[in-house]
Amino acid sequence: MRKLGAVAATGAVLALALAAWTRQPPPPAQGGGTVSGKVKFTGTKPTMPKIDMTEEPKCKAKYQGVPTDETVVVNANGTLANVFVYVKSGLPASYTASAPAGPVTLDQDGCRYHPHVLGIQVGQTLAIKNSDGILHNIKAKAKANRPFNISQPTVMTSNKTFDKPEVMVALECNVHGWMHAWLAVLPHPFFGVSGADGSFTLKGLPPGTYTIEAWHEKYGTQTATVTVAGSETKTADFSFAAK
Amino acid sequence: MIDVGAAVALIVMLPSPASRLPMQDTTRGKAVYVKWCAGCHGDTGAGDGVAAAHMLPRPRNFTGGLYKIRTTASGQLPTDADLLRAIDEGLPGSAMPGWKGRLSDAERRSVLAYIKTFSSFFADTSQHVVPLKFSSPPGGGTGADALKVGRQFYDSIGCRKCHGDQGRGDGPSAPTLKDDADFPIFAADLHQNWRFRGGGAVEDIYRRLRTGLDGTPMPSFADLIDQKFLTDQELWRLAQYVRSLSPAAPPEVRDVVHAPQIPGTVPASPDDSTWARVARYWFPLVGQVIHKSRWFAPAVSGVWVQAVHDGKRLALRVSWDDRTESPDTAWLKFEQRILQTVAGDDSGSPPPQAEPWPDQLAVQFPRRLPEGSGGMERPYFLMGGATDPVYQWRWISRPRHAFAGLARGIERFDTLPGAPAGQATYDRGEWRLVLTRALATPDTANEVQLEAGRAIPLAFFAWDGSSGEHGSRMAVSTWYFLALDRPTPPGVFISPVLAMLVTLGLGLVVVRRAQRRGGARHIS
Repeated sequence: MRKLGAVAATGAVLALALAAWTRQPPPPAQGGGTVSGKVKFTGTKPTMPKIDMTEEPKCKAKYQGVPTDETVVVNANGTLANVFVYVKSGLPASYTASAPAGPVTLDQDGCRYHPHVLGIQVGQTLAIKNSDGILHNIKAKAKANRPFNISQPTVMTSNKTFDKPEVMVALECNVHGWMHAWLAVLPHPFFGVSGADGSFTLKGLPPGTYTIEAWHEKYGTQTATVTVAGSETKTADFSFAAK
Repeated sequence: MIDVGAAVALIVMLPSPASRLPMQDTTRGKAVYVKWCAGCHGDTGAGDGVAAAHMLPRPRNFTGGLYKIRTTASGQLPTDADLLRAIDEGLPGSAMPGWKGRLSDAERRSVLAYIKTFSSFFADTSQHVVPLKFSSPPGGGTGADALKVGRQFYDSIGCRKCHGDQGRGDGPSAPTLKDDADFPIFAADLHQNWRFRGGGAVEDIYRRLRTGLDGTPMPSFADLIDQKFLTDQELWRLAQYVRSLSPAAPPEVRDVVHAPQIPGTVPASPDDSTWARVARYWFPLVGQVIHKSRWFAPAVSGVWVQAVHDGKRLALRVSWDDRTESPDTAWLKFEQRILQTVAGDDSGSPPPQAEPWPDQLAVQFPRRLPEGSGGMERPYFLMGGATDPVYQWRWISRPRHAFAGLARGIERFDTLPGAPAGQATYDRGEWRLVLTRALATPDTANEVQLEAGRAIPLAFFAWDGSSGEHGSRMAVSTWYFLALDRPTPPGVFISPVLAMLVTLGLGLVVVRRAQRRGGARHIS
């Protein structure tokens, strides 16, 4: 009986692995290389302060327990979420990318920003959505771009674009002092954010040698140099230590 | 032939009427800037001049091209006219004075051009500086219906979150506010429109709602019109409502508080209906910057004063705007940020730790009324001196009580046994305090005897504990006067004579005061 279980488990693992392998997305139409990796976290996981949403019952009701600040989010597998990873330099001077037609959405839901860290291309629309239906103001403290600070007192969406690359633009709500998010504006699509498993993937890179930067709002930046040729996949892992 | 050529050349070289070059000379602008502006705004325009550390709000940092008062959309550069307005009129409620009367047209335009060189955005031709088109205010803006609509939007778009239920800057988010440089910032007290940076007219308020105040938490509400959440007219109604919270005209500072005599007994409560029928007087307060430790960011900008007497007792009602009923732990972090931001003059010592200090108010009198006919010798206005004490009533918010004593300078206060009765109410950003005392008391040596028909010198001091104010860190006034009006005599024939005499006497007081002004200037 126990043996059977072990076989079944092994089978399941194999099936999962196979599924994971077959789920690898095909290279984009234009081909190109891939850089992927994980962002590890070492040291003691910091305790994030609790957010008191008593003033906003509508938001408070969206949580089972007491929500905590999202400055540092360490995943269950010991990796670090919300790390922005992007090609900092190395693209050929002739490289140009037109902005995707679709918007990137930033949602204000439960008096928090979703996602907490995000990237957008120059000229691409940032759709700022208020799902809470209570007053939020959203202030973009841009330096290279012009900033803005607009009010959203109801369920609504406002669209904004950015003219110049900028890493990072701080976004904040002043009605709810705990609400902050980070927006990177880039002239290319080679960026990603480490997710719930700490991994990221940058796809469709033209052959070349790149400086890849990993940025975290509390732990700063780290860089790696990666050379990709053809449609190969290279790994770049990063590791941030508790401070 | 040569002459014709020269003439053509001359015509070509003549500047077109639209050219701003002759009026905007950055070299000259720099000279003006270095002389008049750099002390606060810094040599590189970063808002970090030598005086900056003592100020709240801080001087503008020009390097980001970010301006509060504009006619352009949120985040856009200001127009030249916007910048010129700030230079000409100054920014009320801040340390920035108006320069219209101090610098020539050419100087002001030149310094404007120079200020723009601090930010590369002004040279960026992709920036389109386009003023918004503003409509005119709809009529009926002071009527009850209009104000009701305005108040509805005040609530529905969340103004109260920062500005508070009554608009006194005491909303639940107020203690967390910071500007783009992370300095603490107050939500505006909407009852003091004469301190609005961009002007207090209804048109100014409407513009701020459309444009927002860049670099501050105040957002633009323009999107709401585009998205049909409210109409342009409704935004005007909101502006008209906000305007209605302040007096029709900025308060005029008058020297004498008149205390009419009322039948019955004086009211002890600050919310007694009597007060609605008594004139109120505004006395501006300024930071105590004479003695260490100095305080350059007073939280209380002035007090409203009313007084009545009944022939036996005086009741003095003092009300003032204060965002907190101190001590209030919700504001402790804000207080700490103020103490870290506003440098004292204790150079070298670290900023003091925030403590839950209470709010305080002091009313100051000389111990005795000045002797002689029209004699106006008064003790030093700043709490007297070691050999020349002043008599003070003091009130403290926690434990809430009033007491009296003699001050011998800022440092020394000796409590006297007799205390005025004090009753205070804190209501959504406002303190209302009534202090009452018998006109005559047994201790004639130390306690001022309040006589009708005499000019009784008085002065005011206020502390907002949650802004880190205590001890010498306070707001102060200069000497003013209290006059207890005599009862209307039964013989009406005497009244005009009396009125003339009183007027003459007070006229004399005012004239003498005016003559003394030179000596008192340094505190105003």
